[in-house]
Amino acid sequence: MATNSPQKDRPAIEVRDLCKNFGDNEVLKGIDFHVDQGEVVCVIGPSGSGKSTLLRCVNRLEEPTSGTVLVEGVDITDPETDLDKIRTRIGMVFQQFNLFPHLSVLRNLTLAQQRAKRRPKAEAVEIARKNLAKVGLANREDAYPSQLSGGQQQRVAIARALSMNPDMMLFDEPTSALDPELVGDVLGVMRQLADEGMTMMVVTHEMGFAREVGDRVVFMDGGVVVEQGDPKEVLGNPQHARTQAFLSKVL
Amino acid sequence: MKPSARRRLFRGVLYAVFVIVLAAVLFAADWEAIQTNFFNPEVAAATFPDVIVVAAKNTIIYTAIAFVGGLVLGLILALMKLSPVAPYRWVATAYVELFRGLPALLVIFGFAFAVPIAFDWRPPGGSAGAGLIALIIVSGAYIAETLRAGIEAVPAGQREAARSLGMNPSWTMVSVVLPQAFRIVTPPLTNELVILIKDTSLLFIAGMALNERELTTFARDSVSQSANATPLVIAALMYLIITLPLTQLVARLERHNKRGR
Repeated sequence: MATNSPQKDRPAIEVRDLCKNFGDNEVLKGIDFHVDQGEVVCVIGPSGSGKSTLLRCVNRLEEPTSGTVLVEGVDITDPETDLDKIRTRIGMVFQQFNLFPHLSVLRNLTLAQQRAKRRPKAEAVEIARKNLAKVGLANREDAYPSQLSGGQQQRVAIARALSMNPDMMLFDEPTSALDPELVGDVLGVMRQLADEGMTMMVVTHEMGFAREVGDRVVFMDGGVVVEQGDPKEVLGNPQHARTQAFLSKVL
Repeated sequence: MKPSARRRLFRGVLYAVFVIVLAAVLFAADWEAIQTNFFNPEVAAATFPDVIVVAAKNTIIYTAIAFVGGLVLGLILALMKLSPVAPYRWVATAYVELFRGLPALLVIFGFAFAVPIAFDWRPPGGSAGAGLIALIIVSGAYIAETLRAGIEAVPAGQREAARSLGMNPSWTMVSVVLPQAFRIVTPPLTNELVILIKDTSLLFIAGMALNERELTTFARDSVSQSANATPLVIAALMYLIITLPLTQLVARLERHNKRGR
């Protein structure tokens, strides 16, 4: 069932009975979850519900306590899996951007291409420039992260992840650290990615984005998936009391 | 009394104390004796050019060797201390605790005399070489702790970002973590360097040939030859000439690096 090479006919992400404990604290209590190829899934829920932990288990930045995580059919919890190779296929965007502050914007985008994918420098630069243009920052390649606004930094971070040519993108609250007026630019780039057919898992508090861009919304609370389905259904007509309570606070 | 008047009075008292102490020191000093013993032009002239072409040069060379050696050794020890393999951590911790706990003078003495006898070992570069190895070993212990703190001060998100892009642990350390760690520890590393410049003066205990002498050994020899303390003052000036531009240079480097934070 699980193999070492990606299978395009399998779901992009399949999570089965996933549990994660931090000490005595059970953060994920047996999650079943999947993202199909080309699907945009938005994960919403109150803070502490485990949604970021679930996302971080997908590329094993968090070590699952038990359960299975398959990425395009490859079991990433298997010790024999080449994790670094799998990670080049999973782009990740962090709440705090996490750009490399000592490197220029262009070098931020080329470093992992050269180190992890062993691309020649000229090719890496070409791909980096293409992706910088895509996020609307073609003219900032010589800037350092500290010279950019939060919104620009996050768009660079998206371009950095895209430069690895990933099969899917994970977004961990990508707009939560941004000033309100900068959120739109980042969401615009994400919407464009979704329109191009990118497989996306987005942990977010942006209900508007979830409704308009998401193919499916997953509501988590207390370490379990409470409710999921079509965004307009879940957000417009929530069936579960906990979903209703959450949405009444944020909408 | 009004608060402003009270502040002025307090400020006035501070100045008065300063002036009185300064005057007492100036008055109590025997200026003639000071001039003949510490600022004797003939004795001073006799120290040149050797004080520069031999002594100051050797101080700089010894410092450079000990610092570069200490950086390499300190980096290895810091990485061992952060290693997931427990015995590496134990060895590094024991090493650091041992050599930070011993006086540098004692370690130099040990490497110059005790170790060669115990292991029938001829240190490369003679006594000066043995003393330098001792300095590298001691400075490595201090630098290891500084670098470890710097590595740990790099935010966890940096490592996560590099790993999520598929970079392996070694490349993550070399390309992402260490460059930032070195920037964070530039001020304490400068401190280690300045301390090291002065610690090369301890090499006298190893006993050195004429052309191997550094500033302090050279000055002590000149003092015994001339029965005059002026060479000590010359040596002191040389140390300041070396250290002051260095601290300025690093302050400038630090301002430059702020851009990349």
